[in-house]
Amino acid sequence: MAEEKKLFKVKIDNISVEVEPGTTILNAARRIGGDIVPPAMCYYSKLQGSGGKCRTCLVKVTKGSEADPRPMPKLVASCRTTVMDGMEVANITSPEVQEARKGVVEFLLLNHPLDCPVCDQAGECHLQDLSYEHGAETTRYEFKRRTFDRIDIGDKIQLHMTRCILCYRCVFTADQLTEKREHGVLGRGEVAEIGTYIHQSLDNNFIGNVIDVCPVGALTDKTFRFKNRVWFLKAVDAHRQCEDPKCCGKTVLWMRGDEVFRVTARKDKYGEVEDWICDTCRFDKKDVKDWVIEGPRNIDRHSVISQGHYVGVHKPKDTLVEVLDGRQPKLLLDIHTVSEVNRPDIDLSQIDGPAHSDDFNKK
Amino acid sequence: MGRKLLFDKAHIEGIRYYDVYRANGGYGSAEKALKSMTPDQVLDEVKKSGLRGRGGAGFPTGMKWSFIAKPEGVPRYLVCNADESEPGTFKDRYLMEFIPHLLIEGLLISSYTLGCNSCYIYIRGEYAWIPDILEQAIAEAKKNGWLGKNIQGTGFDLEIYVQRGAGAYICGEETALIESLEGKRGNPRIKPPFPAVKGLWDCPTVVNNVETLAAVVPILRIGGEEYSKYGIGKSTGTKLISACGNINKPGVYEIEMNISVEEFIYSDEYCGGIANGKRLKACIPGGSSVPILPANLLLKTAKGEQRMMTYESLSDGGFATGSMLGSGGFIVLDEDQCVVKNTLTFARFYHHESCGQCSPCREGTGWMKRVLQNIENGKGKMSDIDLLWDIQRKIEGNTICPLGDAAAWPVAAAIRHFRDEFEWHVLHPEEATKRNYGLAHYADPLVIAAPAAV
Repeated sequence: MAEEKKLFKVKIDNISVEVEPGTTILNAARRIGGDIVPPAMCYYSKLQGSGGKCRTCLVKVTKGSEADPRPMPKLVASCRTTVMDGMEVANITSPEVQEARKGVVEFLLLNHPLDCPVCDQAGECHLQDLSYEHGAETTRYEFKRRTFDRIDIGDKIQLHMTRCILCYRCVFTADQLTEKREHGVLGRGEVAEIGTYIHQSLDNNFIGNVIDVCPVGALTDKTFRFKNRVWFLKAVDAHRQCEDPKCCGKTVLWMRGDEVFRVTARKDKYGEVEDWICDTCRFDKKDVKDWVIEGPRNIDRHSVISQGHYVGVHKPKDTLVEVLDGRQPKLLLDIHTVSEVNRPDIDLSQIDGPAHSDDFNKK
Repeated sequence: MGRKLLFDKAHIEGIRYYDVYRANGGYGSAEKALKSMTPDQVLDEVKKSGLRGRGGAGFPTGMKWSFIAKPEGVPRYLVCNADESEPGTFKDRYLMEFIPHLLIEGLLISSYTLGCNSCYIYIRGEYAWIPDILEQAIAEAKKNGWLGKNIQGTGFDLEIYVQRGAGAYICGEETALIESLEGKRGNPRIKPPFPAVKGLWDCPTVVNNVETLAAVVPILRIGGEEYSKYGIGKSTGTKLISACGNINKPGVYEIEMNISVEEFIYSDEYCGGIANGKRLKACIPGGSSVPILPANLLLKTAKGEQRMMTYESLSDGGFATGSMLGSGGFIVLDEDQCVVKNTLTFARFYHHESCGQCSPCREGTGWMKRVLQNIENGKGKMSDIDLLWDIQRKIEGNTICPLGDAAAWPVAAAIRHFRDEFEWHVLHPEEATKRNYGLAHYADPLVIAAPAAV
């Protein structure tokens, strides 16, 4: 099939982009990038069937398509609506969308405890970002907020339902990543909750990924709980040879000095993981010796998490040898030209690793 | 006497049973369809009849049926939505309870038209005794060769299964119903794909209301052309209305859609007027989710025309001055009823029944309920009324399924038309606990009682 695939032309906030048929409005907007990308709390590109629930990504379709230019009557969830050829979408240019989004943020925060000062997710919380961007300064809700008891699901994961916004991401993760889903949504309406029904522990090597997908602080890593604030930690890319074939072994270590505080999967600028990691990597490899460190992690988020990080630092593309015009770094200085302490007949560059006294004693 | 098409034989004793039903011309339409017509011909008749969905939305049934995808080798399903849970609506209950064979005959004809070999009746859990009636009727029909393999020697197979719901209002939404039927949590699906393409077990599915499917029987009996002569304009045929509230004769009535609302409320043939000689204050003409109308706007449209019991006339004026025919749950309020309390009752219902899948409905319905509770209990503030208006506006249209709208509309309409009463509740909290606001100006001729602009 050599014929070229027809691309759909879409205009989002008056910026044109060509995307393949079947792309959602949200992904088309992400192709453009910048501030016209609708926020998404429940959609997760790596999880099939996610999205459509939180309603923060609502946009206005001002022109349905070239063939049928009628606008869509209601605001649509951009994460689940696919584009049509000639579609025109208004996101930040539509006051109606902004108003609706403000309403959704208010609804999401209605029963949220706003305990950011003691929440481990603070600093990398999507709800926090969202409320700074779209929320009102004060709440109009004058009633008691809904609370739940904290639940330990397993010894590594803490479930704090009070903070949950019921995005269903963790349910999809458990469904699609592990062999057996043991948790789901119980109850309905306002009192719906994520639960394991009989306080079962979630025992699976990939269940730790629910921590990464959780947009709020409802699912947190117990090995990291209350250890540090995320913005004080330096994030570095690291990898290791993981025994689990399903695990990519590529992670981000959150360090302070030589201490590894926590291990997470690598997340892109939309907060979605690049690849899943196993629980052994996440919870058990907390020693810097377990890892090969690649370099600083660039975190491209506007929120507090990227403060104090290596913003704007780029790994040099040239190797040291290239920079030194082909000289090997070991030959920067020939010690024998300045000192005869070491025996000149021993070529230091031939010694594997650091030189020890043994190397010089050998005859 | 209005002409009847569904309940014309409902008075005959034992019509619930096969022998009596058959002796009175039952299964005649099915015989005609299966033996002398092709599915396309039946579809043509339904299209000609102008039959519109009786579940609430009023979408033309013939058109809905023609949308069903027909891929090779994939079964198609017909699902009968008997999850009638809207407060004020109880028409399907009577139909299934008294003439179950009418529904089964309707299902048979519809399945033949759509090419389905399995058909499900999803019935709400609270109708605990009706599945037994239906099961018995299905067994009788099967015994007499109207269900099962090779029906009446035509080579058409059909099985009907009755499935009880667990009592969730949300499962009346077609995609939630399908999820529930599949054994999952009854959360509405995100559309598209629509059920006509990917429904039950990812197969093309048509979901229709009980009354819609039953109405196919008289259409085949008298012909689509003749059926379309009943009623006015695009509101063809007859409609079951379940009337309740402060009327002399509550019950289920079959009306031809050519009578006025006034006639329906006051004539002896139907509701028989307001009970105890009181005056009419307000009415919710189509089940709890449709906008409430004050007496003056109910009987006459904003243009001063007589309001009729039709889809068009009831929605005349849009939401500003109109309502909807909806599912036909006709709730009448007399002058002693409190609109605030009524709105609170509905808000409480929608709060309880929200599935919790999408945020505006999950959080907003509870908020509306609590604010209304405050107003009702004399703790309300003037700003609460505007707050309610703002909340409902942010729920409406922003949810996955139409139940978000259903929760928002009653509140919106109550504030739109009865703002004075809300304000009175806020300003006179002491008095509001002892007496009602009464009729006030809600029945005054229209010119004086212009709806409060919000």
